[in-house]
Amino acid sequence: MSRPPGRKQENRKISRELFVLTYGALVAQLCKDYEKDEDVNICLDRMGYSIGIRLIDDFLARSAVKKCRSYSETADMIAQVAFKMYLGVTASVSCSSAAGNEFSLILDKNPLVDFVEELPAERASLCYCNLLCGVIRGALEMVHLAAEVTFLQDRLKGDAVTEIGITFLRKAEDRKHKRNK
Amino acid sequence: MAIFSVYVVNKAGGLIYQLDHYAPRADTEKTFSFPLDLVLRPHDERVVVAFGQRDGIRVGHAVLAINGAEVNGRFTADGKDVLEFLANPTNYPVSIRFGRHRLSSNEKLMLASMFHSLFAIGSQLSPEMGSSGIEMLETDTFKLHCFQTLTGIKFVVLADPRQAGIDSLLRKIYEIYSDFALKNPFYSLEMPIRCELFDQNLKLALEVAEKAGPFGPGS
Repeated sequence: MSRPPGRKQENRKISRELFVLTYGALVAQLCKDYEKDEDVNICLDRMGYSIGIRLIDDFLARSAVKKCRSYSETADMIAQVAFKMYLGVTASVSCSSAAGNEFSLILDKNPLVDFVEELPAERASLCYCNLLCGVIRGALEMVHLAAEVTFLQDRLKGDAVTEIGITFLRKAEDRKHKRNK
Repeated sequence: MAIFSVYVVNKAGGLIYQLDHYAPRADTEKTFSFPLDLVLRPHDERVVVAFGQRDGIRVGHAVLAINGAEVNGRFTADGKDVLEFLANPTNYPVSIRFGRHRLSSNEKLMLASMFHSLFAIGSQLSPEMGSSGIEMLETDTFKLHCFQTLTGIKFVVLADPRQAGIDSLLRKIYEIYSDFALKNPFYSLEMPIRCELFDQNLKLALEVAEKAGPFGPGS
């Protein structure tokens, strides 16, 4: 993050707990506002999308990474660099399709669910961290990579790990024509 | 050592931010008697000096004001054509102010879009696949540096040819953009940037880069 020169070294870190609590409050409010889980999920995804389209430039400016030449490079970049930069955790990547355009990010630790053990019974199909899916989708779209991002497994729902699935939609050859470089 | 201007162009080629940083140009105002020894001619929407350079009035300078009243393109403030006015001996002695015409915001918009197209042409002309667009344009009086982000935004800096460290300045401007424009919740993407903090921080960054001079900024 750019800082004006000459300013005192302020403590830029905000409390992680505050962030996690804020996210929890957001989800709780959405649950009060919407009856159906699907609506909450869609709302979180949309919010994440608005964050993602802006966050991508911050990520590119701070990390100065070069253009990724393949989908697997992109997935690695998200899992190792982006997650580390913003959430402080890294995810492991696995490619789950022969076509090479479906990837899974497996998160061991998810800081957003620090204080949540499991979802309440009436909210069984809620994707608590759907914001993250929206963020990834929005960020990828701004670098001209259309993708579908969903939760494949969720610890809160009883699965063993938290798994985010990224499916890249357009083929790389089509992408080249649309590149505006 | 100077950085003359900064332009930010969005994905569609529209200019979303522009800053002129150079020192105000010196206008020259002189009183003339008939006949005028400068040769004036119309050019675009202005009257410019074509010949007869003297005393700080250079070829290419435009007529900015006559007798203190600013001219409106090719017409004086009262609506008379400037060249006719100056051809009439009864209007003399007359005081005319000459100076370098500064680009209007419309002209800047047009030039930014043109540059956007040229940038794309630059990458297509390349014999290699996947080449970048125009990164630098050099003339004898300035160098234009362009940095395109992976998201399609272009940052263009016009600077003195001897000024170094423009690459890191462009990266810094990208950081400032991502901080003070993008993180501003009331700023819509691709729209003109009207954020005070962005202005302030950009000017600070330009000053830091200028102070570093021809050796580039130190860390």
